[in-house]
Amino acid sequence: MVNERLFNLLILAILIGVPAWAYVSDEPFIITLMTRAVVFALAAVGLNIALGLGGLVSLGHAVFFGIGGYAMGILAFHAQTFTPVTEWPFVIEGTKSMPVIWLVAVVMSSLAALVIGMLSLRTAGVYFIMITLAFGQMFFFFTISWSTYGGEDGLSVYVRNGFPGLNTLDPIQYFGICLIILMTALTFNLFLAKSPFGLALNAARQTPQRVETVGLNSTRLKLVAFVISGAITGLAGALFADLNRFVSPTMFSWQLSGEIIIFVIIGGVGRLFGPVVGALVFVALEHLLGGLSDYWHIYLGFLLLGIVLFGKGGLIGMICGREKVDA
Amino acid sequence: MTFVLFAEQLLNGLQFGIMLFLMAAGLTLIFGVMGLINLAHGSFYMIGAFAAAAVAGATGSFLLALVAALSAAAAAGALVELLVIRRLYGKDHLDQVLATFALILIFSEGTRWIYGSFPLFLNIPDYLSGPILLPGGIQYPLYRITLIAVGLLVALGLGLMIAKTRIGIQIRAGENDREMIAALGIDISKLYTLIFALGAALAGLAGALVGAIQSVQVGMGEPVLILAFVVIVIGGIGSIKGALIGSILVGLTDTLGGVFLPQLFKLFMEASVATSIGSSLASMAIYFLMGAVLVWRPTGLFGAR
Amino acid sequence: MLEPILRTHGLTKSFGALKATDDVSIDLLPGEIHAVIGPNGAGKSTLIAQICGTIKPSAGRVEFLGKDVTSISARQRSLTGLGRTFQISALAMEDTVLQNTVLGALGATGNPWRFVRPALKHSELRSVAESALERVGLEDVMHTRTDELSHGQRRQLEVAVALTLDPRAFVMDEPMAGLGSEGSIRLTGFLDELRNEAPILLVEHDMDAVFALADRISVLVYGKVIATGSIEEIRKNADVQEAYLGDES
Repeated sequence: MVNERLFNLLILAILIGVPAWAYVSDEPFIITLMTRAVVFALAAVGLNIALGLGGLVSLGHAVFFGIGGYAMGILAFHAQTFTPVTEWPFVIEGTKSMPVIWLVAVVMSSLAALVIGMLSLRTAGVYFIMITLAFGQMFFFFTISWSTYGGEDGLSVYVRNGFPGLNTLDPIQYFGICLIILMTALTFNLFLAKSPFGLALNAARQTPQRVETVGLNSTRLKLVAFVISGAITGLAGALFADLNRFVSPTMFSWQLSGEIIIFVIIGGVGRLFGPVVGALVFVALEHLLGGLSDYWHIYLGFLLLGIVLFGKGGLIGMICGREKVDA
Repeated sequence: MTFVLFAEQLLNGLQFGIMLFLMAAGLTLIFGVMGLINLAHGSFYMIGAFAAAAVAGATGSFLLALVAALSAAAAAGALVELLVIRRLYGKDHLDQVLATFALILIFSEGTRWIYGSFPLFLNIPDYLSGPILLPGGIQYPLYRITLIAVGLLVALGLGLMIAKTRIGIQIRAGENDREMIAALGIDISKLYTLIFALGAALAGLAGALVGAIQSVQVGMGEPVLILAFVVIVIGGIGSIKGALIGSILVGLTDTLGGVFLPQLFKLFMEASVATSIGSSLASMAIYFLMGAVLVWRPTGLFGAR
Repeated sequence: MLEPILRTHGLTKSFGALKATDDVSIDLLPGEIHAVIGPNGAGKSTLIAQICGTIKPSAGRVEFLGKDVTSISARQRSLTGLGRTFQISALAMEDTVLQNTVLGALGATGNPWRFVRPALKHSELRSVAESALERVGLEDVMHTRTDELSHGQRRQLEVAVALTLDPRAFVMDEPMAGLGSEGSIRLTGFLDELRNEAPILLVEHDMDAVFALADRISVLVYGKVIATGSIEEIRKNADVQEAYLGDES
C-alpha cells in the first residue's frame, strides 16, 4: 500500500511536470489536453463534495457545468457583439473579463443548486437520483430551443476571455490559471472535510438517524453541501467553455453528468485526489484509446463495471488502501 | 384552434403518454419489487427497436418484427439480470447507478459498432397505415390509434396479472417484504429474473412501436428513460397506477404544452417572439409539472409513505 | 411529590387495524430507572420511537420537562435534552470513536456551520467528547475506526454519544443487547450511577439487568401496559406472570 499523501504529491508532480515538459518541447496540444483534464477534475471535485462527503448521488451535475459554461458564453457573446445582456431593470453589459465571468458562473450555479436541492432533498434516495437527472434534461432541451444563443448549434466565442496581467491565449498560461483554481478547490475540500461541517455531513451520509438524534439537521447539511458542490462544478464549466471557446447544450447532457461521476469513481469516491486521478485517466484513455477505436466507450463501460463489481474504492482505493483515520 | 386540431393533439399526447407507460411500468416494477434503479432500461428500448427493424427488413413482416423485439429485449434483460444485476441487489444506489450506466455505454457503443451511427428504418405496415375516421369527424392516423390500444391493453394485462395471478401475488408480496417471500420458499431469483425480463420486454415493445414513427438509432432510449423517471417521480415509485396516470399527464403536458404555450404567448406578444419563448417553455413544461408535484407530494401522487 | 421528567398520556399508534401501541400512559421520575419489559412484538420499539419523535402517534401526548412535545421533531427533542441510544447501533462506522463522540458534542452546540478549522481541533468539542469517552471507559480506543470495535464497545460508544448532549433524561433501547456477562455487569454499574444525573427509561430484555437496576417496571404486552410497579409488585403480579415472566429466559 502506498501512502496516500505521497501518492497525491506524485499526481501533483504529474500535473505540473507534464505541461512543463510539453511547454519546453513545444507541444501545445499536450498542454491543452492537460488543461482539459484539470478542468474535468475541478468539475469532479465539486461532485465529490456532494457525493463522497454527502452521499448525494447527483446524476445531473452537468446542470451546473452547463450553467457555468453558458454564463461565460452569454456574457462573452454580448461583449463581442457590443450589445447589452439586458436593458431592464437596468443595463447589464457583456464582459470578457474572466474574474467577473467566474463570479457570475458561481453565483448562478449556486442559485440553481439551491432550487434543485430544495426540491430534490424533500425525498430520499432514488427520487433524488431521478430528479437530478431530469433537471439536467430540462436545461438541455431548454438551451436547444433557445435560439438566441445558438440553440442546438451552440455558441462560439471568438477570442478567449481576458485575465488581468496574463496572456490567456497562451496555452501554458491558461493551464496555469486552471491549475491554480483546481489547487485552491482541493485545498478548500481538504479543510472542508475535516471541519465540523464536514464531520457532520460525512456522518449524515453514513447514519442519518444518528445525526438527527444528536440535534443536527441532515437535510440542511446536505443542501449546503449541494450548493457548494454546484458552485465548484459551475466554475469548472466556465473554464471549460473558455478552453474550447465554445458552449453548447451538450454541456447539459446526461452523458456528461455520467462522465463527471465516472471521474470520481475511477479515482475513488470521497478521496481527495480521486477526481484528479479519474479525470487524468479518462482524458488519457480518451486520447489514446479514442485514437485507436471510435467505440472506446465500450472499454470505458467495462472498466466502470469492473470497478463497481470488483474494485471498490477506485484507483486510489486499490493503490493506497483505505483512508487513514483522523487523529 | 379548432376542435379537430385540439382532439388531434390530445390523441397525440395520449399516444406519447401510453408509450411512455410501457417504459415506466417496467422501471417502477423493477424498483418496487427488487429495490433496483436501472439506467439500462433505455438500452432495452433500443434493442427492441433494432431487433424489429432488422427482422422487418429481412422478412417484411411487422408482426414478426414485434415478436423479435419482445424476444430480443426479454433475452437481453434476462442475460443482464443473470450476469450483472444479480450482484447489485442490496448494494447502495450509487453502485446500481454506475453499473447500469456502464451497461448503457456497452450496449450503445456495441450497437453502434454493429450497425453504425446512421438510423435504421422501420416502416408502418400497410394494413396499419393511413388515417381512420373517428367520431366527431376527426381524421387520425390508424397506427397511432393502434399504439394507444396496445398500450391500454398492456396496462389492463399488467393490472390483471398483478391483481389476479400467483405471480402477481408474489410481486405484491415482494414489494412489501423481500426477505419474507424468500423465507416462504418462493424462488426469489427466478422471480427477479422474470420481472426484469418482463420490464425489458415492455421497453423493447415500446421501442419497436415508436421506432416506426420516429427513427431507430443508437441513443434513442435514454431520453425516453429520463422521461420515464419523471413519470415515476410524478406517479410514485412502485405504483403501476401511478405510472399510468403519470405517463398520461406527462404525455398530455408535453404535447398540449408544445401547442398551446406559443398560442398563449401570441395573445400578448408578437408572433416570432411568442413562438420562440413558447416553445422554450413548452420544452420545460414537463419538468415544471414534476417540480410542482414534488412541492405538493414529495413521494409522488400514488407513492408510499 | 416529584414532577415526572418524561410522561406519555394515552399514547396510541395504529397501523391499519393493528394497534402497535394501545393507550400507553407511563412516566419517568427524576433519579429513577424505569424499565419497560415485554415479550417480542409487544411494541416496545414503536413506543420508544414515539417518545423520541421518530414516529408520529395516532393519538395521545408526550410531555418532556413539563412541555408538550408531541408535535416537535426528534431533532428538537434531542436539543431540549432527550438523550437516546439505539437498539441497533447508529454510529458512523467509517469514523473513529472520537469522531463519533465529537459529532455528538457538535450536535449539542447546535452549530455545524463551521467550515475551516478541523473539528478535532475545536477544544470545546474535543473536551466534551473526551470526557464522555472517559466516563464510559473508551478513551484508549479513541482513534480506532468504529467498524473495528467489538460489539460491546459499540454499545459503550452509543452511551458516550448520548452523554455529550448532557441530557435531562435518557431513553435507552436494549443497551445490553449482545453484550457478554462482563460487559453487561460493567454497563449495569455505569447505568446505576447515571440515574443520579438523569433518569433513564430503559427498554430491556436482559432480566438480570432489569432486576438489578429498575426502580419501577412497566410490562408491555400487545401494545398495552398491563402492569406498572416496583420489582416486587411486578414479580407477584399474576397477569404478568401469565403473560411474560413465565417463559422469559
